[in-house]
Amino acid sequence: MTVLAIQQTALSRALDNRTILGLLFMLPAATLLLVFLTYPLGLGTFLGFTDTKIGRSGIWVGLENYRYLWGDAVTRLALFNTLFYTFVASVIKFGLGLWLALLLNKHLPFKAFLRAIVLLPFIVPTALSAIAFWWIYDSQFSIISWALLRMGLISGYIDFLGDPWMARFSTIAANIWRGVPFVAITLLAGLQTISPSYYEAASLDGASPWQQFRYVTLPLLTPIIAVVMTFSVLFTFTDFQLIYVLTRGGPLNSTHLMATLSFQRAISGGSLGEGAAIATAMVPFLLAAILISYFGLQRRAWQQGAADQ
Amino acid sequence: MSEAKSSVGSVAGRKVRVPAEVIDSLGMNYLVSLPRRIVAVYLPLLVFVIVLLFPFYWMTITALKPDAELLSREGNPFWVMNPTLIHIKKLLFETAYPDWLWNTIVVSVVSTFLSIFCSVLAAYAIERLRFRGSRYVGMSIFLAYLVPPSILFIPLAAMVYKLDLFDTRLALILTYPTFLIPFCTWLLMGYFKSIPIELEECALIDGASRLQILIRIILPLAVPGLISAGIFAFTLSWNEFIYALTFISSSEVKTVPVGVVTELVEGDVYHWGSLMAGALFGSLPVAILYSFFVEYYVSGLTGAVKE
Repeated sequence: MTVLAIQQTALSRALDNRTILGLLFMLPAATLLLVFLTYPLGLGTFLGFTDTKIGRSGIWVGLENYRYLWGDAVTRLALFNTLFYTFVASVIKFGLGLWLALLLNKHLPFKAFLRAIVLLPFIVPTALSAIAFWWIYDSQFSIISWALLRMGLISGYIDFLGDPWMARFSTIAANIWRGVPFVAITLLAGLQTISPSYYEAASLDGASPWQQFRYVTLPLLTPIIAVVMTFSVLFTFTDFQLIYVLTRGGPLNSTHLMATLSFQRAISGGSLGEGAAIATAMVPFLLAAILISYFGLQRRAWQQGAADQ
Repeated sequence: MSEAKSSVGSVAGRKVRVPAEVIDSLGMNYLVSLPRRIVAVYLPLLVFVIVLLFPFYWMTITALKPDAELLSREGNPFWVMNPTLIHIKKLLFETAYPDWLWNTIVVSVVSTFLSIFCSVLAAYAIERLRFRGSRYVGMSIFLAYLVPPSILFIPLAAMVYKLDLFDTRLALILTYPTFLIPFCTWLLMGYFKSIPIELEECALIDGASRLQILIRIILPLAVPGLISAGIFAFTLSWNEFIYALTFISSSEVKTVPVGVVTELVEGDVYHWGSLMAGALFGSLPVAILYSFFVEYYVSGLTGAVKE
């Protein structure tokens, strides 16, 4: 009886200890993340140094995979495609997203409704909206070709996904369609936190709408732009679904991204080691993209904040 | 009345009513004439909305068109002359679509609840218990959110195979939390931060245990945050593609996005009608759920980005 009581107090005292209770509370999340996130992250890096195939464990081959991939024309093309895809899509997404956010920030009828439907492309499954784009880009029945032909702007149906550069721009367009709502809605939230008194002061000083945008809106929005664009670049760089559904990397590997190529080599081709090496090779680029967009813009905000004081 | 004149925004996870003057923030808008406003605001907005919604319209109209109309270049393609349900009937009764739908629901619901459970405990521990090293744990949770599935799926596939989970729903239920937990924890940390600590101190003095405080005081106050996190987690798992594509091979275990992409696309002749019907029915559940909880969804999205 007394032993039990002592045990109970010991237990409750332990549960009152912040560190013990904290670790206990962290346990479920930490277990799942360590087993299915941290460990595979290490395992992926390790696999990149082996010649593992599906169903056969491999041996350590050092930098062999990377040496091979560096000389592989398809991998180089995939790297170029990924950088091109990310850069073009991110720049346009930012431009259009900011424009849409500014439009939605005006006093509009049905504002809440508008904001709700604008976000739709972002919330439906990408694989499924990509199928709609596949049909829109069909070489024989494309509605875009049909409309342009009727307007007399083109003479024959466009082969959206059959020609290398056409395919690149078509996939980029689909990516932009999906990404603009995210950029617009998050930037809109940032715009709504800017106090109107700044604009009043600026217009009393005779600032034109452009000057108000350039010297009031943009500097105050910069921190949130940095975060939003970091996420946008991250999602675009590691994109997989859209390419897999629309082109599977074709024609002539011209739309292969690093992610789709690693899938093709590792899962379809069975070379887990090689695929893992491609996936691991994405990490430095991702870190660089995060650092550039995050710290680059962060520093700008800091400089401008400091200049104001 | 108030809805038209103001709008609900969110600041650091909390809802804030923004008066109309703020929305009209570019000042002196009353000086801008109507024609100018139409060209500068309404016209571009209209183009945006049409472009953003067109693929959904096109999905719907294609799903209802008979094959003869689909493959004809004559007539007006933007409207359907003789609507038919044949594609939808084919989808529901001649393919495994109902199975995929059921799998997607099971996987999404279970992994959402699992993630919310883990995230609530983790967020409370990091934000309120402030155990030693909690700051670093919070940071690493954020970093975990930045790890994309595209670099994890190969080692995870190897693990899933080793653990004998290949081709099971459990493989998805266990791997989806890797991207759900970081997001939900991050979101909930923001919500917990906004709950006054005095409430907790009062309860502690009254002799409540930490667990009681969490269940009786924190959770009821964090309901909007829980809904945001839940909606978000559900949508993310419903939309997940690469893990489901890699870890599942039998038709009866597939999820909707993977099933539509891999099984409905067969041979040289594409059945566009049923493909579009499949895409439409796979998108509708999330779209409907979203339409009920738009505000929660948006505040989750913007809150998570702003933190």
